[in-house]
Amino acid sequence: MIRLRLDSLPMRRPARIVAIDWEALRPAEARRLRELGFDEHVTIELVHQGPFGRDPIAARVGRMTIAIRRAVAAAITIEPLTAQGAAHVHTRHAAIAAE
Amino acid sequence: MVALVGNPNAGKSALFNALTGARQKVGNYPGVTVERKSGRMSLADGRPLEIVDLPGTYSLEPGSPDEAVTRDVILGRQEGERLPSAMVIVVDATNLDNHLRFALQLIALGLPVVIALNMVDLARRDGLIIDPDRLSAELGVPVIPTVAVRKQGIDDLKERIGLLVGDGAQRISAGRAIVHEDIVVVQRRARAIALAATTEEHGARQWSHRIDAIALHPVLGPILLAGLMFLMFQGVFAWAQAPMDAIGALMADTQAWVTAHMADGVLRSLITDGLIAGVGAVITFLPQILILFFFILLLEASGYMVRAAFIMDRLMARVGLSGRAFIPLLSSFACAVPGIMATRTIDDPKDRLTTILIAPLMTCSARLPVYAVIIAAFIPAKTVGPGIGLQGLVLFALYMMGIVGAMVAALVLRRTVTKGQSPGFMMEMPKYQLPSWRDVALGLWTRALIFLKRAGTIIAFTTVVLWALLSFPKPPADSKANPVDYSIAGRIADGLAPAFKPIGFDRDIVLALIPAMAAREVAVSALATTYSLQAKGTAADDPALDRNLAQRLHGHWSLATALAFLVWFVFAPQCISTIAVTRRETNGWRWPGFMVGYLFVLAYLAAGITFWASSALGL
Repeated sequence: MIRLRLDSLPMRRPARIVAIDWEALRPAEARRLRELGFDEHVTIELVHQGPFGRDPIAARVGRMTIAIRRAVAAAITIEPLTAQGAAHVHTRHAAIAAE
Repeated sequence: MVALVGNPNAGKSALFNALTGARQKVGNYPGVTVERKSGRMSLADGRPLEIVDLPGTYSLEPGSPDEAVTRDVILGRQEGERLPSAMVIVVDATNLDNHLRFALQLIALGLPVVIALNMVDLARRDGLIIDPDRLSAELGVPVIPTVAVRKQGIDDLKERIGLLVGDGAQRISAGRAIVHEDIVVVQRRARAIALAATTEEHGARQWSHRIDAIALHPVLGPILLAGLMFLMFQGVFAWAQAPMDAIGALMADTQAWVTAHMADGVLRSLITDGLIAGVGAVITFLPQILILFFFILLLEASGYMVRAAFIMDRLMARVGLSGRAFIPLLSSFACAVPGIMATRTIDDPKDRLTTILIAPLMTCSARLPVYAVIIAAFIPAKTVGPGIGLQGLVLFALYMMGIVGAMVAALVLRRTVTKGQSPGFMMEMPKYQLPSWRDVALGLWTRALIFLKRAGTIIAFTTVVLWALLSFPKPPADSKANPVDYSIAGRIADGLAPAFKPIGFDRDIVLALIPAMAAREVAVSALATTYSLQAKGTAADDPALDRNLAQRLHGHWSLATALAFLVWFVFAPQCISTIAVTRRETNGWRWPGFMVGYLFVLAYLAAGITFWASSALGL
């Protein structure tokens, strides 16, 4: 199974959170992230990104949509859920590797 | 006293309005800039009851001063507040998983509670049916379904509250300490309870997602935001003009009436030139403030505000602010007073303080009359390119100077006085909602009262002080001296003049700057008075006089002085209302003092550089 950081997950590809590096976050940020329902095994999907520099991003977690900056998203490891999502990511990485 | 507690976006304020109606009071908790919103409600049996609307929070571990107050009140630790005799926990039916976690933590405290299962209509719209009885059984506390914005379920809720605080109800002497349980564990339990209580869930497409497809679209989103902001400014400038003129005329009539019916003397002068002028200066701001707040409340209540913050966050992050600072700063283009009041929506205290400190750099509408007169007098009305007039270009440059100055100031402040980690940006994006007009009207009413009472008293007071400075001492009867020159203000101007000489300001300009402290646009009439040949009793808002003033200024000032004067107004904290509202919002004189200091230094240097540079260029 491919594992990615949340900040490199493409839009609208459902994924599951496998790990959150709480230590990499400031305590207040880590706490707020927990309060907003971020947790291991939770399903997450990116739905929007900011118009300038594609930052921040909006993620759907449970029934909530939450805006976070990409820097915070980098602390969250996910695995894409659909084969389609995995394939998409796979080709993208392959393309980057080829360059 | 009963406390209203819950997550942000649970509809707590709407429920508070539904329970109390207009019988609300907004105060402050001692020592912190957190609003205490309380109201009276009558129970079914006629007993009155005080309800306090506590700031929304996600848990009992505070992340902001607001959240700390919520925790301290429900633990009975808040200074100046009794331990509540019961709590109404407001949860959003469409977001039960998340809100139940906090509800579980609150229930564990042991106070008598009732849960208001709010927004059940929106849940139904989203295809969610929740069984309140099942939820009540799982939680072990009463659950009342409500739709606060439509006033549904309010009577049931009042009845329940009545039972909780009735004579037979258990008395709680002190709150229990927080049960320190891992947030994740509580969250999982909340999820299980939410699942058990939800009898039906089908994937109806949520409305909010459809709106967001446009509102947060990478191209359409910023266009929509720009359009909304344009509409807001049109509203502020177009709709406020008529009531502002009416208020101005009313004040002038009142002054004329008092003048006609009172004997000439110090008392008459105090009433007309001091009190009426001062109160008038305050009330003239009111239409703009109300219109601006109308838009802000609408954007806030509809859920759009967080989207605007989302769009702007990246740009604001470059100077160490967050997207939250965007709307308050934008409002400051109309007037810094409502802009600074609007910073309350910023959670991070340093982010908020920085925003307050740079808000006066946004060119407010009061500066326009000053710019207009000086530009008309000194900048030739010629074109410098296709469709680009030089005068308009200078005006644009002045606005840009303010914006760039604010950005640089934010960068510097975030690295020095408001140093701290970058505020970050992590926000729940609430569902879109049709705002209830009643809630918007109530919000406007409370804002207007706060402005008139708090800022108003200080502004009226300082205006009277300025009046005294400009009126005393009187010159001897046989003296030919101008009374203003003879007054304390005139002498202050004499004293200050050497300090301003290097940046090209003569004594008369300094003298005009003193009354301009009350309100910037007064500088125009002050200059008019100073340069007017008939020194006494000229009406400053006579358009013919404005034209004459432009000609007269042209004779007195060099172009270098005029440019320096314009630049001075870009930066100088020439507004007592702003200083007063900063004092109120930061709870003390320390930050307004700092603000005045740094802005004066900035204004002096910028005006100086402009003067020296343009003198060197031979202007």
